[in-house]
Amino acid sequence: MNTYFYTILLFFSFSHATFGQEENPPKISSENETNYKVDVIIDGINIPWGMDFISKDDILVTEKSGILYRYVNGKKIIITGTPKAYSRGQGGLLDVALHPDYIDNNLIYLTISSQEGEGSGGNTALYIAKLLDTKIIDLRLLYKAFPNTKKGQHWGSRIVFDNSGHLFFSIGDRGNRDVNPQNIELDGGKIYRLNLDGSIPNDNPFKTERGSKSAVYSYGHRNPQGLFIHPETGVLWEHEHGPRGGDEINLPKKGKNYGWPVITYGINYIGTTITDQTKASGMEQPLYYWKPSIAPSGMTFLTSDIYPKWKGSLFVGSLVFEYLERLVIKENKVVFREKILDGIGRVRNVKQGPDGYLYLGVEGKGIIKISPK
Amino acid sequence: MRLFLLIYIFSLLGVLFSIQNKSMDQSIEDGSIIYGDFCIQCHGPLGKGLTENIPPLDQSDFLLNIDKSISIIKYGAQGTIIVNNKEYIGNSMISQGLDDEEISDVLNYIKNNWSNSDKSQITTKDVDYIKKPI
Repeated sequence: MNTYFYTILLFFSFSHATFGQEENPPKISSENETNYKVDVIIDGINIPWGMDFISKDDILVTEKSGILYRYVNGKKIIITGTPKAYSRGQGGLLDVALHPDYIDNNLIYLTISSQEGEGSGGNTALYIAKLLDTKIIDLRLLYKAFPNTKKGQHWGSRIVFDNSGHLFFSIGDRGNRDVNPQNIELDGGKIYRLNLDGSIPNDNPFKTERGSKSAVYSYGHRNPQGLFIHPETGVLWEHEHGPRGGDEINLPKKGKNYGWPVITYGINYIGTTITDQTKASGMEQPLYYWKPSIAPSGMTFLTSDIYPKWKGSLFVGSLVFEYLERLVIKENKVVFREKILDGIGRVRNVKQGPDGYLYLGVEGKGIIKISPK
Repeated sequence: MRLFLLIYIFSLLGVLFSIQNKSMDQSIEDGSIIYGDFCIQCHGPLGKGLTENIPPLDQSDFLLNIDKSISIIKYGAQGTIIVNNKEYIGNSMISQGLDDEEISDVLNYIKNNWSNSDKSQITTKDVDYIKKPI
């Protein structure tokens, strides 16, 4: 039985390796010259999953295994009082984000893989807490997805804020693609929108539908690990890990369905097809899809003038190819792609700091700052 | 009543006994599910690894050292590892949070797939024996 199965598997893998991996344009280019340098500014963090800036010299960083660090005055301090991370598979302590009024209220948000509630295993949770120097207090659970499951995949998660008092965060399909993403009565495979205090906004798309998850903003997602609000347009941008050849950039709109797993440009890891549909009515098309998959994590839009030619570019971390990808977008089309820092390591996160510099979370290294030469 | 108790105790023992002695076939089958959930993303469906930095599992001499193989799944890799005479930076191999049974199952699966074949069964006892990273 096993031999038979693997013969078939081998066949599929080879056939797709040969015919299935033609690069979706624009083809990625290498840099002609590098006129910047990189410095590790915070070391000793194996998987720096999320980060946010209190100031350019005062940075919060999550380590996936469950530690929240505060890096201040050149020192890395462990914050106490954080919720317990269920460190399984891709899960752990995920994103951290300062409340938009952090300076006045010292509140921070965390997304984390949590075993809270009934059932063995875990699911993604959103917490709010007050940060006092090197401890957090008044920890409060704002959202917990269910059911708990021992699956290791697709927890999401990123946290961002729009300019009208909303928080968005993402949860992946939790390894149950045929059940969760297309059902708005279930958690997983969704972008969620809450008010800053955790309550449900009155105009959330499914708030009045009986039985539906009222926090859901958009659905049909696989595993979103990149989110930002465009600083110029205020539009929500998202990227998600697809299956092989199906990573996507989307601009999630209220109540819309992004198609996973009914439509996708990707195939299973073992080479078999998930669906032959890439389009369907009632389902949104991505702004861009990566083929081959880069395994995107973290995403930011550069507004600063610090780097020649980079202003207005989109930056995305690649876990699998271990570079930072720079994308130029014109009229919602990707017109140019470039590898930055090829071979630097698995780029887990990228953000523009308050000083306008680009900061990366790189696995095995820590937090890296890119400066022009 | 006494008979009932006896049956109860024997069936309890039976359950315990069957847990301790999961068949190799069952372990490999359970391990294939764990592999598909936790390992395939990086090591691939053929166990060949994915990029320069992810070592193969198929025909990997690392698997000859069972204690080290258990340790790397249980606790993650510590620094550089050597597989088939090639160096790999082990930082991206982190603990996946698997329990002892899941670790023994996935190792039995890995050791008996693709062109690997090693019929000596890893048990939960072997996994429990490794108490710290080696």
